[in-house]
Amino acid sequence: MSSKQFTWDVSDFDTWTAERFPKGCVAIEAGNSELYITGGWRSERPVWQKDKCKNCMFCWVHCPDSSILVADAEMIGIDYDHCKGCGICVAECPFDALHMVPEGDEVTDEIAAKEA
Amino acid sequence: MSAITVFAGTGNNMVAEALRQAAPDVVAAYPITPQTTIVEGYAKFVADGRVHTELVNVESEHSALSACVGASAAGARVATATSSQGLALMWEELHIASGMRLPIVMANANRAISAPINIHGDHSDVMGARDSGWIIFFAETAQEAYDNTIISFPIAEDPAVSLPVLTTLDGFITTHAMERCELLDDATVKAYVGDRVPENPLIAGDKPVSHGMFASLGGTYFEVKKAERAAIDASPPVIQKYGDAWEKVCGRPFDFIDSFACEDADFILVMLGSAAGNARTVARELRAQGIKAGVLRVRVYRPFPADAVRAALKGAKAIGILDRSDSFGAQYGPLGLDVRAALYDLPQRIPTRNYVFGLGGADVTLETMHKAYAELAELASGTLDEGLSYLGTRG
Ligand code: SF4
Ligand code: SF4
Repeated sequence: MSSKQFTWDVSDFDTWTAERFPKGCVAIEAGNSELYITGGWRSERPVWQKDKCKNCMFCWVHCPDSSILVADAEMIGIDYDHCKGCGICVAECPFDALHMVPEGDEVTDEIAAKEA
Repeated sequence: MSAITVFAGTGNNMVAEALRQAAPDVVAAYPITPQTTIVEGYAKFVADGRVHTELVNVESEHSALSACVGASAAGARVATATSSQGLALMWEELHIASGMRLPIVMANANRAISAPINIHGDHSDVMGARDSGWIIFFAETAQEAYDNTIISFPIAEDPAVSLPVLTTLDGFITTHAMERCELLDDATVKAYVGDRVPENPLIAGDKPVSHGMFASLGGTYFEVKKAERAAIDASPPVIQKYGDAWEKVCGRPFDFIDSFACEDADFILVMLGSAAGNARTVARELRAQGIKAGVLRVRVYRPFPADAVRAALKGAKAIGILDRSDSFGAQYGPLGLDVRAALYDLPQRIPTRNYVFGLGGADVTLETMHKAYAELAELASGTLDEGLSYLGTRG
């Protein structure tokens, strides 16, 4: 979900040996933590129902991982690359437009969205 | 053409002058005996407009080195000074400074660590910083404290090193005793130390960067620490380069070790810091009596010059290693462990004895050195065993 152009190639970061790291482990290009996919440890994911959403932005304000995606003052989705599945957005949504579903089964997501 | 001012000064006077001449952008410090007169002198230089430094008066040594870390990451030339409990309180930031590869220069007035409370000279404080990744100098004299402090700046800031440097002098004995001192003129020192050119400064550069990264997953920390080990291992030629360059400027010799009459010596005492003068005096007396005594003083303690130490000691019949601190529970004191490890690579086995001496500023007299040399003769003849003992206690 990168919104920026990065010039420092960190794609093979996991294979870097000692010599490859900038001195003192400095990140020589700021903001590239966006490239670090942290969503993998989620056990549940929030599912958004657009039709119930009033764009109140409560979820956006409360999400600790900046994973509520917004464009032109409207919610447009969830950044699953970085959402950690904490459920805060679900707890805060005043309009029942967000639900947690178990991770690992896409069919479950769809069914959950339909059933909700 | 350089000009020299000769005056009677203390080690702390000389360190303050060296810092003024290197003109750091930021000095953050907290007073502690016997370091206080370094920063007090420096504060006067700032107040008198003789140096343009942001002098930050912080509320503790923990904050002092934290402020130095921030300023150094920002891209500034940074210095501070401390001692004893102050250095101990900096323990956390010592590792942060070296891990972030920040070229901070810190003077330490070597002093005992509590308890019991004691404000006098020994090396117990510095040895707590021994493994923290800082380059460590031990000065014998006020003059050498000046020289070591000046060369610390280009060494620390050279991109081939990028490590913090601890430039130490013995509490009271060197920090407060007056000696004949030679001060070079400001322009000469300024030209020698140059300016810091930071590589990835937080605010001095034109591109945003992040310092102080999280590196907890997948072995990243492991790799970065390996790079830190490689950096200090690769630093000796750079230290030598700047030491040699300073030798050309000031005329005083530079080496990692200061070897006195070791070439043909049967009995050699090894030590750090101010006690070497007494040892040399006794070695001269013994030589006048036909006893071949030598003294090896280690000036650059980290990185430890094992090859040079081994080469200087290889012909001895017995070696006494004098530690002005103890490593409780270890087989030997800190210097004892280092020297014995260096000697392990010799084909022949030279007996050693490790002496803990002068703790808490306990007097180190000529008699102390005589006693150590006398024991080395027994050690060589096999009437005394190897091991560790306290030298100069009442019983
Ligand atoms: S579950 Fe937590 S991390 Fe994910 S979008 Fe909601 S608030 Fe953000
Ligand atoms: S809190 Fe609920 S209603 Fe408000 S923007 Fe988020 S999803 Fe939409």
